[in-house]
Amino acid sequence: MMRFMLLFSRQGKLRLQKWYLAMSDKERKKMVRELMQVVLARKPKMCSFLEWRDLKVVYKRYASLYFCCAIEGQDNELITLELIHRYVELLDKYFGSVCELDIIFNFEKAYFILDEFLMGGDVQDTSKKSVLKAIEQADLLQEEDESPRSVLEEMGLA
Amino acid sequence: MPAVSKGDGMRGLAVFISDIRNCKSKEAEIKRINKELANIRSKFKGDKALDGYSKKKYVCKLLFIFLLGHDIDFGHMEAVNLLSSNRYTEKQIGYLFISVLVNSNSELIRLINNAIKNDLASRNPTFMGLALHCIANVGSREMAEAFAGEIPKILVAGDTMDSVKQSAALCLLRLYRTSPDLVPMGDWTSRVVHLLNDQHLGVVTAATSLITTLAQKNPEEFKTSVSLAVSRLSRIVTSASTDLQDYTYYFVPAPWLSVKLLRLLQCYPPPEDPAVRGRLTECLETILNKAQEPPKSKKVQHSNAKNAVLFEAISLIIHHDSEPNLLVRACNQLGQFLQHRETNLRYLALESMCTLASSEFSHEAVKTHIETVINALKTERDVSVRQRAVDLLYAMCDRSNAQQIVAEMLNYLETADYSIREEIVLKVAILAEKYAVDYTWYVDTILNLIRIAGDYVSEEVWYRVIQIVINRDDVQGYAAKTVFEALQAPACHENLVKVGGYILGEFGNLIAGDPRSSPLIQFNLLHSKFHLCSVPTRALLLSTYIKFVNLFPEIKTTIQDVLRSDSQLKNADVELQQRAVEYLRLSTIASTDILATVLEEMPPFPERESSILAKLKKKKGPSTVTDLEETKKERSADMNGGAEPAPVNASTVSTPSPSADLLGLGTGPPTNAASPPASSGSLLVDVFSEPASAVTQLAPGSQENFASPDLASSELVSEEPAETARGADELTHKFVCKNNGVLFENQLLQIGLKSEFRQNLGRMFIFYGNKTSTQFLTFTPTLICSDDLQSNLNLQTKPVDPTVDGGAQVQQVVNIECISDFTEAPVLNIQFRYGGTFQNVSVKLPITLNKFFQPTEMASQDFFQRWKQLSNPQQEVQNIFKAKHPMDPEITKAKIIGFGSALLEEVDPNPANFVGAGIIHTRTAQIGCLLRLEPNLQAQMYRLTLRTSKETVSQRLCDLLSEQF
Repeated sequence: MMRFMLLFSRQGKLRLQKWYLAMSDKERKKMVRELMQVVLARKPKMCSFLEWRDLKVVYKRYASLYFCCAIEGQDNELITLELIHRYVELLDKYFGSVCELDIIFNFEKAYFILDEFLMGGDVQDTSKKSVLKAIEQADLLQEEDESPRSVLEEMGLA
Repeated sequence: MPAVSKGDGMRGLAVFISDIRNCKSKEAEIKRINKELANIRSKFKGDKALDGYSKKKYVCKLLFIFLLGHDIDFGHMEAVNLLSSNRYTEKQIGYLFISVLVNSNSELIRLINNAIKNDLASRNPTFMGLALHCIANVGSREMAEAFAGEIPKILVAGDTMDSVKQSAALCLLRLYRTSPDLVPMGDWTSRVVHLLNDQHLGVVTAATSLITTLAQKNPEEFKTSVSLAVSRLSRIVTSASTDLQDYTYYFVPAPWLSVKLLRLLQCYPPPEDPAVRGRLTECLETILNKAQEPPKSKKVQHSNAKNAVLFEAISLIIHHDSEPNLLVRACNQLGQFLQHRETNLRYLALESMCTLASSEFSHEAVKTHIETVINALKTERDVSVRQRAVDLLYAMCDRSNAQQIVAEMLNYLETADYSIREEIVLKVAILAEKYAVDYTWYVDTILNLIRIAGDYVSEEVWYRVIQIVINRDDVQGYAAKTVFEALQAPACHENLVKVGGYILGEFGNLIAGDPRSSPLIQFNLLHSKFHLCSVPTRALLLSTYIKFVNLFPEIKTTIQDVLRSDSQLKNADVELQQRAVEYLRLSTIASTDILATVLEEMPPFPERESSILAKLKKKKGPSTVTDLEETKKERSADMNGGAEPAPVNASTVSTPSPSADLLGLGTGPPTNAASPPASSGSLLVDVFSEPASAVTQLAPGSQENFASPDLASSELVSEEPAETARGADELTHKFVCKNNGVLFENQLLQIGLKSEFRQNLGRMFIFYGNKTSTQFLTFTPTLICSDDLQSNLNLQTKPVDPTVDGGAQVQQVVNIECISDFTEAPVLNIQFRYGGTFQNVSVKLPITLNKFFQPTEMASQDFFQRWKQLSNPQQEVQNIFKAKHPMDPEITKAKIIGFGSALLEEVDPNPANFVGAGIIHTRTAQIGCLLRLEPNLQAQMYRLTLRTSKETVSQRLCDLLSEQF
């Protein structure tokens, strides 16, 4: 099972974190800091896998973003690498050529898509169609909910 | 502002995010965040009730702030409120906040659980999905208590939608992982297994994960999953790339599901049902075949997905470890990957081969790739790949390639990344020990290890080398010589000083005969390092110094001066001060005997698991070193010299008991390792192969009484031929089973003997009695050893008075050390003048190999186990001979005991037979010996069988003992 997934930029800014095992906030922060340092220090063309603590780390860089998964000893590295790719495809399909900014400004969407794809550290559904259908349905519900609001209210000035 | 994509309704959030991004400094960002937190706090606390939208927006802002890495200590209640909203998006944000921020705050959990309960009961699949996700995300015990009973029902209910089933399966999996005790097994389990047959591949994918984890813990209950998984896998593997529609990933049919099914099958042994087994083998063959087909796409995703399945299939093949054909194919496939241009594949191939190396079917096949792996160690640019190469070399190492692999690892260590040095050091140390045939190689390897990577050599490693050197007599001289040489380097690692200090303190005497490594030089060399070392090392060196006081009495005063200096006696460190004071005192007041006893050579260490192996296990987790553990027995057998009985060291440490001390062995000059250095030149013959300074006569002042035969004979030439004691061999035989008696007698002279032996040492008192009333003049006894014997047996004695009065008796003491097993006996030649005539007497001294026997008691089972271990034809010598004396069992028993071995009762199934066991102690080796004597009363014959680990020993003991019956 996957233990956690991190998205961070080349500058070391964490963009998304998903933990599949309960852990204290302090411990999480320590792990993030440590692992980002390790991964960012690696040169391009290096292997996508590394041993880290008692885990296997699988990472891949897409443009300015690093996608980084920690899996357990028995887990399959290559399929995890493609899991990252599939997630990127889902983001790409949803946002239409996704970029880091999309993930910054719509971080909650990035989480929702990830939740549809992975649950408790295992793949829920690998079909692009199924995952996107679920998200689109949710969006439809959202649009029904939304009523127009004044700009002033939006800015918190009303 | 960036383009905000569809579905977003919270402009206030976007503005806030933009503001944060525009902050020029960390301080500005914190200021902006604090402003926002204050704003949100006032909104939440304000009198005006917030609508759902605002709540959602503020909760989302808090979430964003949290994800930036700031602490959030409020807003949880508002998030929980959102859960009970009827609006999907508000509910969704509420759940997101909870799953990211809530760990297990019991107060809130109760409220959250209520909301979840409502959503699960809503029958709205979207809401159910959200609720299940929340349970899986938080996964706390409280949640398991609340929902573990409910979720299985949702999972197997006929009317549950597929998407909900998928979520329910993984949600249950999460709860099972957290609190397996709370998930009740029941009817639902068999229905879950049948989800493997579900039409919806998404359901199968999620269910397979759940079943795999359940099956690991309850294999019996989920056994039926094997055949279902095989048939599912078979359908996927044989499907055309388009059959599975959206579950085909870059032309690879359902790679995730395939991997999961193969994982599930790894919970079980190979299927028993031949049909299922055959089908699985077909699947695995198909997967291996596909690897050879040209790729359907050039995209890396295609090859990755395909290879992901391939690697998982190989894992299953290795797990089953039953089909040699598949194992070898797997190995060949991995061999191809070892040279692939994709770093990822090279990495995985190295990793996978590591497990393959431990299979008996493929170990040899893996070994054929050694050159490629060594090359990877040298050329891979990525440290994580090099690490895999080290692991694989370690895994493929065996007796045939150990020297090469250890050399390559040492080579690599010179430039290895700091992060993996310690591990390599441990591995090299383990391999060197495990596969050492020649222990000089082991010593060299470890010293190299310290030289190259001294900082990474942990205590376990240098403790181990000392344990081994102490337990193996055959390497001690070499070890002393090698550490002495290594210490010559101007800058040597402190670990080397420790090893050097310890070994020279124990075995420095073995090299002290060489003027280049005389006691004083050894001491000065060690002491030159003293002041650069840390306190623990200095403490160790002080112990070495006191050991030197015992080994080398002639430098005692030098050492005492050092101990007496203010820097020692008044050292600020209590431990050092105490050692200096105590050692100084000990060296001053204790007699040489007490010193020799207190500072005796360390007894062998009890054989146990290598501490290094334990350390590596701790470092890498037990699974990675299990293959070594299996061969551990082999190693410890090596260490013990095969059939050698359990160590008998207890007697070495104990001070000699008064009863054993028949001849006052304890009061004479030390005879053990602490032999006086003046005479230790001869001890060193084997180490430095210097010509021994063979001195013949026991002239006054001469310390040595070695006679090389030619010197002795040259003396004889001019004089009368020696009167050789008749039947000298018979005389010797008389003493094989006893230690005291008259060795020789004629009208003039009587020679009596008393001797005592312990371990590899002995002392013989020779009494020369003048039977006449006239003085013997120039009375000169000489011990003559052949060159051969000289290197195996070390004899030392003091000269006797050249005048023996009429009727008087003089006594001569011979100290004996057995260096290695020997066959010949030394000759005692006595020349003197009696009333103007020259007398010459030669007699063999009854020093025979069995004198160095130490009895060993053992049970029948142990005896026959060891007996079997010594089944090599060279190890056994048998003699069938006619009885020369009456065949009295009591006398036979006494003779066997007198011979030195233990007489083992109730071991041989035939009570008429005699069996014995013991150890021959020599300086260089301890040789375990087993013997069996089968009398045949009718034929008046005996059959004697000797089994020892050394051919020459078996032969000699058999010859000696055969003469006794």
